[in-house]
Amino acid sequence: MSMPLRETPTEVRELSYAEAIRDGLAVAMERDERVILMGEDIGVYGGAFQVSGDLVQRFGEDRVVDTPISELGGAGIAVGAALTGLRPVYEFQFSDFATLAMEQIVNQAAKLRFMLGGAVSVPLVMRFPAGSGTGAAAQHSQSLEAWFGHVPGLKVCQAATPYDAKGLLLAALEDPDPVMLFEHKLLYKTKGPVPEGHYTVPIGQAHLCRRGGDVTIVATAVMVHRALAAADKLAEEGIEAEVIDLRTIRPLDRKTVVESVAKTSRLMVVYEGVKTLGIGAEVSAMIAESEAFDYLDAPIVRLGGAEAPIPYNPDLEKAAVPQEPDILEAARSLVRGRL
Amino acid sequence: MLETATANLPFAVRQYSAEQLREALRKMLLIRRFEEGAEDSYTRGLIHGTMHLSIGQEASAVGACMPLTDADKITSTHRGHGHCIAKGAEVARMFAEFFGKETGYCRGRGGSMHIADVTKGNLGANGIVAGGIPIAVGAALSAKRLKTGSVVLCFFGDGAGNEGAFHESLNMAAIWDLPVVFFCENNKYAMSTATERSTAVHNIAERAAAYAMPGITVDGNDFSAVAEASHVAVERARAGQGPSLIESVTYRWRGHSKSDRNRYRSKEEIESWVARDPIGRFAELLREQAILDAEGFKALEDAVEREIAAAIDFAKTSPAPDPLALTRDVYTERPA
Repeated sequence: MSMPLRETPTEVRELSYAEAIRDGLAVAMERDERVILMGEDIGVYGGAFQVSGDLVQRFGEDRVVDTPISELGGAGIAVGAALTGLRPVYEFQFSDFATLAMEQIVNQAAKLRFMLGGAVSVPLVMRFPAGSGTGAAAQHSQSLEAWFGHVPGLKVCQAATPYDAKGLLLAALEDPDPVMLFEHKLLYKTKGPVPEGHYTVPIGQAHLCRRGGDVTIVATAVMVHRALAAADKLAEEGIEAEVIDLRTIRPLDRKTVVESVAKTSRLMVVYEGVKTLGIGAEVSAMIAESEAFDYLDAPIVRLGGAEAPIPYNPDLEKAAVPQEPDILEAARSLVRGRL
Repeated sequence: MLETATANLPFAVRQYSAEQLREALRKMLLIRRFEEGAEDSYTRGLIHGTMHLSIGQEASAVGACMPLTDADKITSTHRGHGHCIAKGAEVARMFAEFFGKETGYCRGRGGSMHIADVTKGNLGANGIVAGGIPIAVGAALSAKRLKTGSVVLCFFGDGAGNEGAFHESLNMAAIWDLPVVFFCENNKYAMSTATERSTAVHNIAERAAAYAMPGITVDGNDFSAVAEASHVAVERARAGQGPSLIESVTYRWRGHSKSDRNRYRSKEEIESWVARDPIGRFAELLREQAILDAEGFKALEDAVEREIAAAIDFAKTSPAPDPLALTRDVYTERPA
């Protein structure tokens, strides 16, 4: 059923984040006949964000399946297919539309293995174009990943780079359990090095992107890039920030974050989802409950989304989620003790 | 002469051997006694939580599963004990599950509402009304894509027919010609709400027209009628001709769940359906056809009683799960 495996990546190219995911999908579909794609307008249209692109021409309509606009039914069909031998990758056109399918994701996909005492598994991958910054307003711009992170049985990832987007996708396709991949829409056109062929990025492992001794900035998705840009400016001021890209929010990589905070003594968490009861709360609590708590020299800082829906007006939209200057200012205050 | 006589016989008698028919009746009896045993155990405090009994609906469950093989799949509902037994589950492991024991089908993690036996093709009961319908369609997509030749029969109730998942699933099954049979057990009430008050069409099978598939309404307390409808739909699905919708009109003698005080229906109504007992009717057919006499029926009943008693004993004496294993099977354990 599988093609001969090529485990060692050969050539490294510059690909966009969207191209990297498409590349990963193609690699998986070549290796494993059971992999099918499902979603709205993923066929000849190529997907709303051109992630599936030309895959329907390469693999045919039996494997790149355009669904009607039926998120609940479509998600449930993907669950049933995963339960019975296929490896579906279900694309939500926008992560917001997952609200229509929560029943199947939360009650079925996440719980079937447990409820049936381990008699089944649900090797399902779902992809969610997420986040604000595109002028699409309140129903097409949310960052709902923390919702899914609250559900035992699911794994939840947020790649920040093309390399990780492909590697996490291929890891998800080898995982026996349902994996939710949140892809920030502003990242789709960003470029980066991506090896050819098959490789994986381990689910549950954060990436230490930048070393520094003064403050730990834990970030996700597009916030990783904003944090890194802020860190460069902080360095000019003599502040060395350590930047950690969580990459997976369930399960969290406790070790990497705790070790970093024990070293820097300061923690800031930057994420786009609504600030309250989100990733920042979880990471903060994890540190408060850990051995790193004793090392803290200052209160923990959370920079998250506003307590409001994402607005349409571009200035308001920017103001609704952390931007690079916000990170810069907050980090400066945190390190210099001006909180 | 002989041909004419045969044609007048009920479908089940023409289609199945005497042995198969006796086995079908045995399963119906087993379902009845299983649920009575479960109810009794619940009253004695041996089973906690709640349960949804299908007493009165046994012909529907067993008839629907008649044309299925172990390779064929079903998805079931919160009222799923009958489906589980009809698809071949062992009552001992079912009781063990209800008693919350490690030997249960779900290791005591699922209980009545999640009872499943995947080895026999039962993908599970479901606590969410209509939750199993898209899953059945997904299983049918697997069957078609992987060319397994198997068919999926999707049980759901009249209440589920008003969920969006029902409509989305039937549409997709139809556009993709998937090998699935949508089997609606219309027992007249979604909890307390009568279908006349909740459902715009008179017969749920009429909804098949909206999804360009055959739809049929049958007397769900007539084993032969149910088996015939299922047979036709399963054959159609297996031949690659796509899905069908069957509405099996039946009645649950008991309340919705253990909290039901039956305020929405009359004693007379319940009694009128008890008079149409599917087991009595099927036993009568087998007696008329000289397939099973009164003595044979009694022997069948006695064997079922013994099986139930032994199953309850197995459940009682089985070990409980270890609380330390609470998070077992939340995720698949993989070698490091």
